[in-house]
Amino acid sequence: MTTLQESALSKPLRQPAFGVGILAVGAGLIAAFAVPVLADDYWLSSIIIPTVIMGLAGIGLNLLMGYTGLVSIGSAAFMSIGAFSTYNLLLRAPFLPLPIVLILAGLIAAIAGVIFGLPSLRIKGFYLGASTLGAQFFFEWLFTNFSWFSNDSQSLTISAPRLQILDYDLQSATGRYYLVIATTALLIALAFAIVKSRVGREWMAIRDMDVAASVIGIRVARRKLLSFGISSFFLGIAGALWAFGYLGTSDAHAFNLDKSFQILFIVIIGGVATIFGNFLGAAFIVLTPILLDRLSLIIDLSFLGDQGALANLQHIIFGTIIIVLLIKEPDGLSSLIKRGVEALRPRARSSG
Amino acid sequence: MSLFTKAISLAAAATMAATLMSSASFAEDGTGQQLYPLFTYRTGPYAPSFIPFGAGNIDYLRYINEVEGGVDGVKILVQECETAYTIERGIECYERYKNGYNGALTAAIYPHSSGLDVALTDKARIDKIPIVSPGGGQNIATDGRVFPYQYPLVFDYWSEAQIIVDYIAQQAGGYDKLKGLKIATLYHDSGYGRDTIEPLGILSKKYGFEDIQIPVPHPGEQQQTQWQQIRRAGADWVFLRGWGVMTPVAIKTAARVGFPADRIIGDIWSGSEDDARPAGAAAKGYLAVSVFPPGTDYGILKTLKKDILDKGESDLKDNSKFGTVYYNYGVIEAITFVEALRTGHKKFGNRPLTAAEGQWALENLDIDQKRIAELGAEGLISPLKTSIDNHKGETIAAKIIQWNGQSWDTRTDWIKADASLFADVIKAKAAAYAKEKGIEPRVATN
Repeated sequence: MTTLQESALSKPLRQPAFGVGILAVGAGLIAAFAVPVLADDYWLSSIIIPTVIMGLAGIGLNLLMGYTGLVSIGSAAFMSIGAFSTYNLLLRAPFLPLPIVLILAGLIAAIAGVIFGLPSLRIKGFYLGASTLGAQFFFEWLFTNFSWFSNDSQSLTISAPRLQILDYDLQSATGRYYLVIATTALLIALAFAIVKSRVGREWMAIRDMDVAASVIGIRVARRKLLSFGISSFFLGIAGALWAFGYLGTSDAHAFNLDKSFQILFIVIIGGVATIFGNFLGAAFIVLTPILLDRLSLIIDLSFLGDQGALANLQHIIFGTIIIVLLIKEPDGLSSLIKRGVEALRPRARSSG
Repeated sequence: MSLFTKAISLAAAATMAATLMSSASFAEDGTGQQLYPLFTYRTGPYAPSFIPFGAGNIDYLRYINEVEGGVDGVKILVQECETAYTIERGIECYERYKNGYNGALTAAIYPHSSGLDVALTDKARIDKIPIVSPGGGQNIATDGRVFPYQYPLVFDYWSEAQIIVDYIAQQAGGYDKLKGLKIATLYHDSGYGRDTIEPLGILSKKYGFEDIQIPVPHPGEQQQTQWQQIRRAGADWVFLRGWGVMTPVAIKTAARVGFPADRIIGDIWSGSEDDARPAGAAAKGYLAVSVFPPGTDYGILKTLKKDILDKGESDLKDNSKFGTVYYNYGVIEAITFVEALRTGHKKFGNRPLTAAEGQWALENLDIDQKRIAELGAEGLISPLKTSIDNHKGETIAAKIIQWNGQSWDTRTDWIKADASLFADVIKAKAAAYAKEKGIEPRVATN
């Protein structure tokens, strides 16, 4: 009986989970740094790196959408700001080390985020979504039309002039993986700290009912702008990693509306107002199309008679999986897994 | 319980995914074969141009495998990988096939997308895999000393600008007649479209024609203002650097403002059947630059018809696409691959080539007039000779074709661009790139 009471009481504070959490984080870190030993270039470059970066971008949007309840469909624009800022800082201020450049790029994206977040003080929901769409189109236009941002390159593309920390070259797949995983680990820790802090709780209060939040003394306007800023900070760094840690070379069109929607789907499929759920969502969005393509290599589908029909069929299957998933599990993959784990627990207890 | 089953099935799916990705043990053994990873985009907005293009590629390689018994006896294993014309999927395909497939070796990768070509630049340098983009590569990568692994074979937009000006000079009756002419360039407002601003500026200074540059924002469904501007400026010729829907809209709008179609010269990406046909009657007389000349009268096309198409072995579902611009583009591209393999076989022996050997072969390509005749490709391709200094080919040439309302007629023979004119500018750009990236240019040793 007492155990039940205890666990019920401690649940909001999540204390029992804390020790387990530290263990999990430690194990996760060890595993993360051991990955390059086990995985080859293919796994690192085309599976793990994009999934981790998109998961990070998902966290960025989730802080805004899941925790503060503000809709944005311009996430990719803030990623592009991060990417172009990183490029220009590396190029024009060669004395700055890479970590500082990434943080500065994140801050530049954050400033843009605050500016484009101003409409959120007056409008909500779909209307706000439409105004963030403005950011999406504005920055794609800006980076395509002013070649200064891409150092007057002929093809308007940017590629990292140098990718190194303390003379350690990060160009190889392993190097890029460590850059991505270390940055992401730090930002996950930051995200947890923010969400658990007073700021995070105020965001959730605003999300649940902003009038009530302002009545109890939360400065709603400031908190909303802060949310836009922090969200864009995450997205900016994710964008820089996407451009240089994953693609290698990119242009403004790598951050088009499709990418914004992808991030939105990652948040919805992974689970709104979660941190690790974003990585589940990212894995789903990034890996399912590849998996389907791989399956079609192995299963004999020649009765379809046509490679084109096969390629289109993959899109249909992908769409169907999304629809089924959202009907069966509207709270996303993270909730599916959480409930799966909870369903396992009483069994373990009764047997032990 | 159902949740428990769900969790289990999820875990099962994840395990299955891992197995699938790590092994391909069910697939056929490729030992002793040369891999040709065919990057496809059978889905997405550009699928209509890929379908005939991919078929041209596949049909030629099928012919080589089944009728000629392989390239010097080495069979080519075609392995498709769908990119949907996105860079992310393209990178996955590159990573999947860069080290070969089930024993078949990779000698070169054709990314089939200019954006992907750029995105793979750094990776290919580290992995030492040649990236070949006939007609769609990066012009600065012509300098193979700075870009050892990029091959922008066959064509570039600076040469195209030269060819346009040469053709206009021919029509006007000499280069001295260019003085005072007004040539307007209507371009797709993108990196691709803006690429001709600089060379046309240089050419206009050299010959004294007036250079008018007018951008059209993507996708270009509305061009009334731009064409009125062209009318008002009194342009004599229009160089149309379109992309997708922009081209037919331009041709129709030109007719509406009364600009003659036979004074508009389209870019190579504005010069397919699907660019002209949607414009209907307005397109009659419309000109275009062609590096991939359409038609079925070439020797190799006749062979393909007899041995592949008529036997029902073609990848085409719609046989009317046979001999179109994009189909022939596919055939030409496959020829560059097969000829590179032959070049490599002469040095390394008749066996599948590695990427390092493929790189050597691509750098020592020499498809001369005699070889073109042997291939049955006279009129289809112009001579192609590469070296460390020049990864594009020493002579760049194109034809001018004209739309007769139903199909394309060839108007000129190959017009050769004067490579010396821009060589220094391109070299300087490559040198600047090398400096920015900290690359030490190779020295030509052979």
